[in-house]
Amino acid sequence: MASAVMNMTTAALDWVTVIFDAPLARAVVFGVHIDGHLVVEVLLVAVILFQLTRKSYKPPKKPLTEKEIDDLCEEWVPEPLHPPITEEMKAEPPILESAAGPHTVIDGKEVVNFASANYLGLLGNEKIADSCISSLEKYGVGSCGPRGFYGTIDVHLDCETRIAKFMGTPDSILYSYGISTIFSVIPAFCKKGDIIVADEGVHWGVQNGLYLSRSTVVYFKHNDMASLESTLEKLTRENKRAEKIRRYIVVEAIYQNSGQIAPLNEIVRLKEKYRFRVILDESHSFGVLGNSGRGLAEYYGVPIEKIDIITAGMGNALATDGGFCTGSVRVVDHQRLSSSGYVFSASLPPYLASAAISAVNYLEDNPSLLTQLRSNIDLLWKGLSDIPGLAIASHPLSPIVYLKLKKSTGSSKSDLELLNVITDRVLKEDSVFIVSTKRSVLDKCRLPVGIRLFVSAGHSETDIHKVCDSLRRVAALVLLV
Amino acid sequence: MVRLPYLTALTTLFSYGLLFAFGQMRDFFRKLIDWSKSKGKDLKGYAPICLGLEDFYTRRLYLRIQDCFSRPIASAPDAWIDVVERYSNDHNKTLHRTSNTTKCLNLGSYNYLGFAAADEYCTPLVIESLKKYSASTCSVRVDGGTTNLHTELEELVARFVGKPAAILFGMGYVTNSAIIPALVGKGGLIISDSLNHNSIVNGARGSGASVRVFQHNSPSHLEEVLREQIAEGQPRTHRPWKKIIVIVEGIYSMEGELCNLPEIIAVCKKYKAYTYLDEAHSIGAVGKSGRGVCELLGVDTADVDIMMGTFTKSFGSCGGYIAASKEIIQYLKHTCPAHLYATSMSPPAVQQVISAIKVILGEDGSNRGAQKLASIRQNSNFFRSELQKMGFEVLGDNDSPVMPIMLYNPAKIPAFSRECLRRNVAVVTVAFPATPLLLARARICISASHTREDLMKGLDVISKVGDLVGIKYFPAEPPKHVEQDKKTL
Repeated sequence: MASAVMNMTTAALDWVTVIFDAPLARAVVFGVHIDGHLVVEVLLVAVILFQLTRKSYKPPKKPLTEKEIDDLCEEWVPEPLHPPITEEMKAEPPILESAAGPHTVIDGKEVVNFASANYLGLLGNEKIADSCISSLEKYGVGSCGPRGFYGTIDVHLDCETRIAKFMGTPDSILYSYGISTIFSVIPAFCKKGDIIVADEGVHWGVQNGLYLSRSTVVYFKHNDMASLESTLEKLTRENKRAEKIRRYIVVEAIYQNSGQIAPLNEIVRLKEKYRFRVILDESHSFGVLGNSGRGLAEYYGVPIEKIDIITAGMGNALATDGGFCTGSVRVVDHQRLSSSGYVFSASLPPYLASAAISAVNYLEDNPSLLTQLRSNIDLLWKGLSDIPGLAIASHPLSPIVYLKLKKSTGSSKSDLELLNVITDRVLKEDSVFIVSTKRSVLDKCRLPVGIRLFVSAGHSETDIHKVCDSLRRVAALVLLV
Repeated sequence: MVRLPYLTALTTLFSYGLLFAFGQMRDFFRKLIDWSKSKGKDLKGYAPICLGLEDFYTRRLYLRIQDCFSRPIASAPDAWIDVVERYSNDHNKTLHRTSNTTKCLNLGSYNYLGFAAADEYCTPLVIESLKKYSASTCSVRVDGGTTNLHTELEELVARFVGKPAAILFGMGYVTNSAIIPALVGKGGLIISDSLNHNSIVNGARGSGASVRVFQHNSPSHLEEVLREQIAEGQPRTHRPWKKIIVIVEGIYSMEGELCNLPEIIAVCKKYKAYTYLDEAHSIGAVGKSGRGVCELLGVDTADVDIMMGTFTKSFGSCGGYIAASKEIIQYLKHTCPAHLYATSMSPPAVQQVISAIKVILGEDGSNRGAQKLASIRQNSNFFRSELQKMGFEVLGDNDSPVMPIMLYNPAKIPAFSRECLRRNVAVVTVAFPATPLLLARARICISASHTREDLMKGLDVISKVGDLVGIKYFPAEPPKHVEQDKKTL
């Protein structure tokens, strides 16, 4: 059987060879020997060319007709501009009827005020008020123009030099609003493709700046240096091109959302090891930390040149409004043309700039304010150490004292309701004004909510005892029920 | 509309090309010198904080004419200001202040109704409120930053603008940047005018919604964009848009034009889009009683969903507001980050706005408000018509107090600015990047506190400098007319 198949195969092969050696195959065209296999190849090429010239089948594209677009537009129903209004949205904050100093008037009653970030007690200071009044009489209220178009008044330039001299840096730049400082500085220096490592507890202004800068943002665990080090290690190891792109670490000196203090000496050590630049937001630590109030760098004994960019809002310790940014000459000059909150916005009202100059002068002349503030914070810590159901969660030196629930109810929303009940009762029954955390839905921070007390150097011992007693009483009633 | 003559376009492009070439050459030599010096930098391992090409424009073009911008003044930004003289020892790289000042006519500050300097009605009230509430509240609005001044002003602004409720912020820029993300998020669409202000662009970008641009002031193109977008839906998924917001401005500050509001509102209503009107320059400055473009163009305020404005320009203070329906304002007070995290507006500034609005409405017992409004309208129309008669190319509509004069060539920018300053007139010149590259201009802002003599002096100086610099692109009317006007005054 096999041999029959073999015979047939050999016969077929012989037959094929004969055909290929047929007379046609012995023709010579243009000096090229035409062998039989050339015929097969030519046929193959012809078939390929034929297939290529055929049009491929594409389903026909039909654009929408005018009538169809009209129908779609008719059918479309937009969502309302605002979601349905709930009860908590209708809540109004208490209205003050006098200056927001350590004692203020709400609803005709005098209350002890722990809700204003008036850390040095400079609200209502005579010297500052006098300089404001002379400024108002000379310059009016507003500055009527951006810095580039006759909105630069000589008090602005004086204020910038004064702050730079106080901080020990070459130059500084003034912004007209505290929160716009940080979200204009970050996009001015960080562009698409840069790497930013930020703490997860930074406030909304920083988050907005990070989003607008379009850089790659990596968050590390709140105030955790080990997490920061591992993040930096991971980023520099994986990325070989890391040498060519700009890298930043963004931290706050005293975190608004938790009252913790960033360990600057650790951060500077890591920054120098991995070659990153540091952007530090000192809104709540300027005029508070350090022997003369110069901020976090003085407190840790770090030379100020090691921190590349320092920003701060002046609406806290300096009892005025606006913000500033300071650093090397290159850093400050670059912002004068590329920082959007500086170029495209009207400048700070001149009376607020002169208030800032007087406040800095007063602070330099009276460093006892800082010791007074620190002793007030210590006293408050002692008094709050035995509140039932609430624990202190901030750093012992932070003027924002943060009280957290010892046992959370499980969700932020119900925690907040409970805390609001406490703050309302404390205000109504004991005339002490304290506040709970308010978070916007746009805020990405996930730190726990709590009650905040802003301590001021203007508070007296009786005020502090009053708030401790009141909290003790109300917390016992509300939380153990 | 800007009509750019062909020859001017060519010469402008040539000038910029020359400047660019010189800049590149100097950069090249700078690189050579730096490399040959090879200093041991302690910035090893760090990328430079500003890469080479990013600040090319700043270093090589802007620094040459730096003395025309950011001129410091030593007085209130009123009709006449004291401009501080500056000198430079290193070809404009750094400028130093002197203590000499020159008194100049101010044609550059946003002082539309003349509230900039100390005012006889407003300033005593402001000083009183400073003594009572002090310069700041040091607190955010939801904590302890709301005083009864703030609530009073919110009601007053709502009444003035013609909406049910209003909310205040301490800075106009932050108003836009923080409100737009609260109103529309991912899955929404923002359609904004191509010449909108930087704060609106930042707010739109920060919201996470998709952004489309329509041609400046063109309701037909807006309709086209709306139809196309509603039919297509969200990109890639083609789901229908959650909501669409159209953002326009009342007066565009670089063109001086009024917005084409009635047609744009009609288009938006037809396609169920929400409208957001930014009246930064028009509130208080246009309209018979100062209520802005809605009054001027006869649009009902109930048709505009959200009206935004600032207090910096016409009221001589600082800050911004949003006016809308009660529910929207309640929602914003609960969500808007600028309300929850930013220091509240400074109480003396609030009092200034309250007093200024009372003066405009005539509630202070005098008719100064009506006088100011009539004065600014007359001044703007007079100035604009005179400039046009002289042969300048002036943009903007009638009744608008902002009038740009086209310069085009980059060399004419410092020439115009410095020559005017030499003759004691302070003007503002704007170039790239605030305007397109070829369309540099000088922008005049008229105020109600300019007297007729001030305007005549301004016109005189601008005419002389215009002849010197060569910006009278149109043929002037024969001088007989100008002399007749002078005789009748």
